Amino acid sequence: MTSFNAKRVRADIPQLNRVVFDHPITYLDTASTSLQPNAVIDAMSRYYQLRHANVHRAVYQTASEATAAYEGSREAVARFINAPGGAGEVVFTKNATESFNLLAKSWGAKNLSAGDVVLVSEMEHHANIVPWFQLREHTGIEVRFIPTTDDYRLDTSRLDELMQGVKLLSITGMSNVLGSINPVRELAAVAHRHGALIAVDGAQSVAHAPTDVVALDLDFLVFTGHKMLGPTGIGVFWTREEILDAMPPFLGGGGMIADVRLDGYTPADGPTRFEAGTPPIAEAVGLNAAVLYLEGLGMTNVVRHEHALAGDALTRLELEFHGRVRVIGPGDMTERGGVISLDVEGVHPHDVAQVLDQFGVCVRPGHHCAKPLMRRFGLAATVRASYGPYSNTKDTDVLIEALGHAVKMFG
Amino acid sequence: MSDLGSNLDDLYREIILDHYRSPRNRGELESPPAIRVEGFNPLCGDEIVVYLDIEDGILKNIKMVGSGCSISQSSASLMSSAVKGKTLDQVRATIAMFKQLMTVQESTLAHDGEAPKVDLRALGELAALQGVIKFPVRIKCATLAWNALVEGLDGLD
Ligand SMILES: Cc1ncc(COP(=O)(O)O)c(C=O)c1O
Repeated sequence: MTSFNAKRVRADIPQLNRVVFDHPITYLDTASTSLQPNAVIDAMSRYYQLRHANVHRAVYQTASEATAAYEGSREAVARFINAPGGAGEVVFTKNATESFNLLAKSWGAKNLSAGDVVLVSEMEHHANIVPWFQLREHTGIEVRFIPTTDDYRLDTSRLDELMQGVKLLSITGMSNVLGSINPVRELAAVAHRHGALIAVDGAQSVAHAPTDVVALDLDFLVFTGHKMLGPTGIGVFWTREEILDAMPPFLGGGGMIADVRLDGYTPADGPTRFEAGTPPIAEAVGLNAAVLYLEGLGMTNVVRHEHALAGDALTRLELEFHGRVRVIGPGDMTERGGVISLDVEGVHPHDVAQVLDQFGVCVRPGHHCAKPLMRRFGLAATVRASYGPYSNTKDTDVLIEALGHAVKMFG
Repeated sequence: MSDLGSNLDDLYREIILDHYRSPRNRGELESPPAIRVEGFNPLCGDEIVVYLDIEDGILKNIKMVGSGCSISQSSASLMSSAVKGKTLDQVRATIAMFKQLMTVQESTLAHDGEAPKVDLRALGELAALQGVIKFPVRIKCATLAWNALVEGLDGLD
């Protein structure tokens, strides 16, 4: 049973009690990193208070508890995304960026060669661009981009043409700048029809909508703990078991081996092959708590809540500012999430964010690690407000009032 | 909601907003003979191109084009007014004073963020930028044009 009560969610987040420059904090930067509920913070501190030990090594009681907690988190994550092969398909990394590097440097280096194409989109985060450029330097692959339409959508009009020679389609589930949601299931079908695999960047989407890798027919999924109410320092890489089993190790060292001799080494089987060194144990415990918390809220409830907030914000921004504050992203809520990028006419995003800060409003000015996309729309930066499960309409009230001040000040 | 905080008023002094809205010395000079230097702040995409016309040890003319936040653009405009027509020694002295103004000293930040001691009168209008040091992330914006100017002067010898 899920139960979503926005007031209760707010009460669960201690940082929402912060006061900044005499104003209660208005946190609208969830797309950058989310706030954590007590359930996550407490789970991590309980772990450090009672059960901390290294995993997979010692035989004493707390060490086996730590190992059980770490492996238990893998199971929770597998359930959360409906991994068909269960926990054995879930690799813990440092963040989404490291997951993409694992994909490119392990799977990519083995399976791609000169002339093979990796198709990404113009709206990707640098995490899904730079590792492919790096692989290109070594192997001579081609990195190709799906363009964006003038109304901020993925331009699929020439997709079949673009798919020629593609071995991997690697695409974001939701743009961290525009808020646009991409048709991942349809894209998976297209990729498979062309004999390619599909990887999805779930850094934004996994935290804000139900994700079922079987129903979507995905081959790889990448996401990050700190954007889904979990801690920093842990990310997830998921792929189907038969693909994972054939992937060469990534980083080398302890933990990822079955045997080391004077003449070489044998890597471990399963996810641990990709987890060299002491892993983020407390972070895995925190991520497990975050998954349980989100499951308790119900991801469909989370989407509905954020959808309503963002829709209301889009309407009110237009009513209040009559185009002086332009939304860089779809103007209505069709296939769109709670990430709202703004361009305030005549006011630089840095200045907007600075004025907002004085009202306790946390938004992010900048290029959001998506420079190709910013160039496409002739922008150096935007101001981005983004919603989470704990957001409410009061956040939008304060945002609009503070934006009004910024407009007046520089007008 | 209360009025804008006094911190913010410190940052966005009227002089700064004025230079932002009507930047001085906008434009380009033919290069060569003028020296052309670019400044770029990758963090927020602020950019500036500074043109210097130097003759007989005097900065005869300075022009600039660019885009960015109010702090980077007004600082550029204030800089151009402060150094135009000055001898290179005077220009270097002004740069040194400005850099000092922008130097955040840990010890002074710890005590309610007061600026390190500089002769504000000698700085003239440039003193309006002192509020920037309370906002450490904005210092890079304020120094953008100045770094370009330094680069241009360094290229002389
Ligand atoms: C769409 C997208 N992909 C990848 C990332 C990278 O996440 P991380 O910084 O946790 O590696 C982000 C976060 O900034 C993102 O928004």
